Order: sequence, then structure tokens, then C-alpha cells
Amino acid sequence: MIPEFGHFALIIALCLGVLLSVIPMWGAWRNNEKAMALAPGLAMGVLVFVAISFAVLTVAFLQDDFSVKVVASNSNSLLPSMYKFSAVWGNHEGSLLLWVLILAGWTAAVALFSSQLPLTMLARVLSVMGFIGVGFMSFSLFTSNPFERLLPGTPADGNDLNPLLQDPGLIIHPPLLYMGYVGFSVAFAFAIAALLGGRLDAGWARWSRPWTNVAWAFLTFGIMLGSWWAYYELGWGGWWFWDPVENASFMPWLAGVALLHSLAVTEKRGLFKSWTVLLAIFTFSLSLLGTFLVRSGVLTSVHAFAADPERGLYILVFLAIVVGGSLTLYALRAPTVSSRVTFGWVSRESLLLVNNVVFSVATLTVLFGTLFPLFMDALGQGKYSVGPPYFNAVFLPLMALLVPFMGVGPLSRWKSDTGSRWLRDLALPAVAVVVCSLTLPLLGADGFNLWVALALLLAGWLAVGLLRDLRDKTRNAPSLARGLARLAPSYWGMVMAHLGFAMTIIGVVATSQYSVERDLKMVPGQVETVAGYTFRFDDLAAVRGPNYVADEARLSVTQDGEHVVNLAPQKRRYLASGSIMTEAAIDPGLWRDLYVAMGEPVGEQGAWAIRLHYKPMVRWMWLGAIFMGLGGLVTVADKRYRRRRAAVAAPGGIDGSPA
Amino acid sequence: MGPRLKLFAPLLIFIALAVFLARGLQLDPQELPSALIDQPLPAFTLPDLHSGEMLTRESVLGQPALFNVWATWCISCRVEHPYLQTLAEQGVAIYGINYKDDDDAAIEWLDTLGDPYIANIVDGQGRLGVDLGVYGAPETYFVDAQGVVRYRHVGVIDERLWRTRLAAIYAELGGTVAPAGDTP
Repeated sequence: MIPEFGHFALIIALCLGVLLSVIPMWGAWRNNEKAMALAPGLAMGVLVFVAISFAVLTVAFLQDDFSVKVVASNSNSLLPSMYKFSAVWGNHEGSLLLWVLILAGWTAAVALFSSQLPLTMLARVLSVMGFIGVGFMSFSLFTSNPFERLLPGTPADGNDLNPLLQDPGLIIHPPLLYMGYVGFSVAFAFAIAALLGGRLDAGWARWSRPWTNVAWAFLTFGIMLGSWWAYYELGWGGWWFWDPVENASFMPWLAGVALLHSLAVTEKRGLFKSWTVLLAIFTFSLSLLGTFLVRSGVLTSVHAFAADPERGLYILVFLAIVVGGSLTLYALRAPTVSSRVTFGWVSRESLLLVNNVVFSVATLTVLFGTLFPLFMDALGQGKYSVGPPYFNAVFLPLMALLVPFMGVGPLSRWKSDTGSRWLRDLALPAVAVVVCSLTLPLLGADGFNLWVALALLLAGWLAVGLLRDLRDKTRNAPSLARGLARLAPSYWGMVMAHLGFAMTIIGVVATSQYSVERDLKMVPGQVETVAGYTFRFDDLAAVRGPNYVADEARLSVTQDGEHVVNLAPQKRRYLASGSIMTEAAIDPGLWRDLYVAMGEPVGEQGAWAIRLHYKPMVRWMWLGAIFMGLGGLVTVADKRYRRRRAAVAAPGGIDGSPA
Repeated sequence: MGPRLKLFAPLLIFIALAVFLARGLQLDPQELPSALIDQPLPAFTLPDLHSGEMLTRESVLGQPALFNVWATWCISCRVEHPYLQTLAEQGVAIYGINYKDDDDAAIEWLDTLGDPYIANIVDGQGRLGVDLGVYGAPETYFVDAQGVVRYRHVGVIDERLWRTRLAAIYAELGGTVAPAGDTP
């Protein structure tokens, strides 16, 4: 009976969602305050019933209720409880329910934290989000019911969770990613509400910004975790593959970067309004497109969910309604009058325009590369696959083009600035950075490396731009500490995110240029040296885990005679599925990772293929991503988002505080 | 063009995209362009990975075999590799087509991870891949003793797929497999 309660709760949530998407919207149209005032309550109701439904499914997993089909297909009585929990979203049906839960959570959060919003605006925003919720709840109920039963004929045990997903990183990766994906629905809903109300002003941009920043921050964390997981779980030390599913999460991220910078211009200067609205629609559309690509089977990928054309058709129709509808609304309602506000070519607006152009082009090139096989197939031109060479060839130059402008950005002025001021402020730091980037790579073991020099140049340029601006901002303060403390959280968020970007550049380039990878045949007792570290293969053991058996190689690592670490990579065989998995052993460090993975047994004498990696600064990449994400979160603490009278701002938004 | 009309551009682009996506739903990326099924394996003269001797279509025929397209740059191939080992141990004849790859990297891969292949055809330029209609690695062609392509599988071969579908196809070609069981 219990699973049926979950099913029933989801049906109630759907009904409430329908009410939410109709009544407040009607109220906003007829100016009926009572109808509009229902919106927050309905949003809460949807959340409560979706949460009940999700809790029921979770209980079914934890209690090994194999009469529920998704439990039988994706769990096993031997699976550790932690993974029984994450198995809830380790499959299409459950992950869709998680998506719905997170959307309901965002909707309720908007209802809770938007008391300063005008009622019509709030009602429209919640209605739009309610409508999206209806789309996904009916998708779940009609095509992918997670509560489908296997009665009679309940299996004695389940098929087990895909062993690749049995990993702590994968417990929180999907929720974070969905928080990001779905979070962009808030910016989308604000954009639609603003278009409906005909008020695209600084107030609209100010309300959208914190939500966009938070959603983007979560997406950053989610993508980072995915990359980290690929690094240690796939067993060969790669961290990004330009796979269609990775691209599906990366496209909204790139568009999100453009959106949050464009929102800054719209809030501060009242410019780029139509463009910002379009970006908000575009970003969320990419989230929906990602869902479509992952769940419809139109593209082949290593981690796509089971393909099903019926599901694909459903999402496509929903995508057509949401995106088609919102773009029609955009075409009809977006302001065509060019703004009275002007700006000079040398100004912060221009720099942010560069940001928007670069990130939009980057998004479109990734979109194009991802869909190219589909286009060619649909046109009858045969089957194609687009790999890393294409993406690296277009993406890396774009990012390199971006950074010179990005370095100037923080210290540039709104409206009109002068090149001579930039030159005066940045000439000396620029010389220092060039000297550093030319000399530091000489310290590397293999002599001068052009790519590392370039990365240091770009990252250093970002850093000096920020430092120079920090100095300017604190110059008039009585002490440095007081000056720093006076800076707004939104400013700190920007500094963190930009520094994070610089760290990621260094990490990506250092690890791809300086990594040492050796694949060796080793027998117990053998000693090998990689990049100054001596790896001794001590012995081989057979170990047993809760739902797998494994061969474990035990290695001790020394450097200059000093013991560094013991590493024990495993080759696991999962009992229920018979799948073989590689469990790499990693000694992480800020300056280098030591990475050992087992290949296959070779010959008779207990010899194994062992993969020894030395990966310098690989952590910088993820640390940079963490800084970017934290930066996004910190901006929300800014006082101006809590001002009650936020609604009445000058349409031009002449405001001296930093973006 | 009036300023209002310009705002319709995103909508039109989206409609075009949606048409492609709808068409995509009817296509199966895993499906073989039917032209090659029941057609002879294309002729080729390409070097062997290890010896560098020239291999031709004739030199690899004579028994039902799997032709596995792989490369060291292909993630899924790493996932697939251990199971190919198992199949080879059970007596399944597998040829490798090392697709657009670096020879040294490929040899190192086989030395480290094990070599399930009878021989590896080096298709550095992807010429044979074009003739076969390769979509992406890994991809496996089931070819009978007369050299006729009978089936194509796109994507990773794993134990479940082999048991439920592919083993029967291989048996139809006339291939024999050692009794399944835990290989030592």
C-alpha cells in the first residue's frame, strides 16, 4: 500500500500544480487580489505533496521493496544503505521525481523570500514555475511512473545499482546539478512575468540576480563533482570528455555566465534589457534541452538514461510549448525602443558586452558540436561523431580571447572610461605578469613550456586586475583590514569567482602539460620510479566488500627515502551484475596528485598492469570551480537584496556601488 | 525589417531546431545504415598494429568473427575492454580495427590492459571506418566466415547484452563459445 500513497501524493501535487499555474495567472490578468494571493499557499502545497511522494520512494528503496519496479531494477539487498539512498535518483524515474522535488523547492523558496515583490509579479512568477512543474509531474506520472509495481512476480532480489554510480561523489552530484538546472527556471519565470507585465526595469533585474547567481553556483558545484567523479571512478585519470551529457550541463552553465553578467548591466544601467530577457529564456531552454537529450536517446552517450522515444516525444512537445511560447511572448512584448542610456566604447558596459558575446558564442559552438551528429543524420548525410578535437579547437581560443578583457573588467568604470587610465593602472602589473610568465615555466623539469607560460600570463593578468582594483577600493580606508571589511559581499563574490576562473585555467593547463603517466607490468616486490616518486608494489590481496569481491594491489610510495603514502587500488567484481570496476587509489595534494589504478592481470606470476600517474595541480581545477561557486553564493548576502523598498528604483538605475 | 520583426528571429531558429529534434526522435543513433547489412565487408589493405605487415580483407576471413572498432581516445572502449577479454577467453574470434589512433598508444594500451584481438587493423586515416559507416567507437561488426556483415552493434558490449542478444547472433554466424562460467 505504501508506494500507492506516494503515487497518490504525486497526483495531488499535480492537481495543486494545475491550480497554481492557472488561478494566480488569471488573477494577475483580471487584477483579482484574492486569486493572486493563493499563489504562495499553492506553491507550498505542491512542495509538501511532492516531498511526501519522494519520501515514499526513498523508503521503498531503503526497505528493499522489490515489488516496486524501479527498486527491483536499481537496487539490491546487499547494497550499502548510503547507496540505496542515492539509488533513488540513479535511474530515470527517480531522478525525474528528484527534478520535480527540486523545482517545487525553488518555487516554494521564491514564495517565501519574495515578500517585497509586487503581488502581481509574484503571482505571475509562481504561476510560470507552477506550469513548468505541471509539465514535469505529468511527464513523470504518464510516461515514467516511479511507483509502478511488479505484482505478482516480485523478484527475490534486485538487479543492483550500476556500480559506476556506487560512489560518494555520485550521491550529491545529481542533486547539485538539478539545483542548478532547475534554479534557472526562477530567472526564466521572472523574465516571463516581466514580459507579461510589460515592466522590464532595474527592479526586475535586481530580483532575478540573486536567484540566478545561486542556481549558477549550484550548477558549478554539480559540474565540478561530475568531473571529479570521472577522474577517480573511471580509472584512467581523465576529467572532461565533451560527452553529450556533460555538454548538456555545460551549455546552461555557459549561458548562465552570460546571463548573470548581462543582468548586472540591466540592473545598474538599464541597458541590454531585451537581450537579458532573451538570455534568461535561452539559459532555461538549454536546461530543458539537456533533459531532452539525456532522456530521449537521440544521441549516444556513456551516461544517458535508457532511451525511450515516447518519453522523448513528451519532452519535445513540452519543450516546444515552453520555449516556443516564451519566444513568441518575447517577440510580441520585448521593448523595441532603444534605451536612452548610452555608453562609450571604452567602458564597463563594453567589457561586459564582450563577456556576453564570448559566452554566447561558446554556448552556441558547444550546442552545434553536440547536435551536429543529429543534424547530419536527420539530413540523411550519414552518421558522424564530434569529439574533443573540435571542442578544444573552438573553445580554448574563445576563453583565451576572453581573459584580456576580463582582467580589465573589475577596475573599469560604467558609462565612459579612458584607455589611458587603464594603461596607467595596469601597465606596471602587466609587465610584472609578463616577466613572471616567461620565467616561471623555466623552472619546470622539461624546460620552457609555451602553454604553461600562456596560462600563467592569462591567470596572472586576471589576478593583478583584481588586486589593483582591491587596492583602489581600500586606498581611502584608515587601514587595509577596515577597507576590506567595508567591501560589499557582491564585490567579494565577483573577486572569488574571477580568481577561481584563474585557478581553473592554471590547473587545466598545468595538469595537461606536466602530467606523467606510466602503464607498467608489475609483480609484487617490484619498484618503479615516476616523477621522483618511488612506487613499491608490496603485495596483492583478495578483499571482500559488501556487494563485491576485489583484487587489491598494495603499494607504498617514497620520495628521497621518506615514506609518503600507502596506496591500495582495487579491481572489483560486483556480485549482482558481474560488472568489473576499477577503483583508483589517489594521494591528493595541492601541488600534485599521485594516482594508481589497476589494469588487468598479466601472465601467471601475480603480475598486473598498473597505471601510475603523477598529476601536478589537478586539484586547482576543482578548487577554482569551488571558488566560482562560492563566489556565486556569497553575492546573495548583499544588503541591497534585502532592502524592502527595492521595487521603486530609478529606471536608469544610476547607482555608484559595484556590480 | 522592422524592429518588431527582428524579435521573431529567436523563435524561428527554435522552430527549425525543434523540427530537427523531432526528426531525431525517429532516428536511432544505434541503428546501422541498412546498406551494409548482408553486404560483404569492404576491401582494405591496411597494416597490422604489431607487425606492420599488410592485412587485407582476404587475410582476416575464414571464420565467423567480430570486428571491434576501438581507439585509445575512446572512453567507452575502456569500459568495454575487460568484457572483450572475457569473450576472447571463451573462444570468440575478435579482430580489432584501431580507428584514427596513435600506434604507440594503442600498443601500450594492449600491453597494459591485455589483448583480446587476433590481430589489429590500423585504420589511422579512418578510411575503412568511412567504408564501414563507423559512427563512433566502440562499434562492433559481426561478420560471417564468407566475409558478409550480418550485424552491427553501436556502443559498448557488456555481459547482459551479450547474453540476451549478441550471443545468439554470433551463434547464427556459426561461431562457437566455450561454456559460460567464471573464467579464472
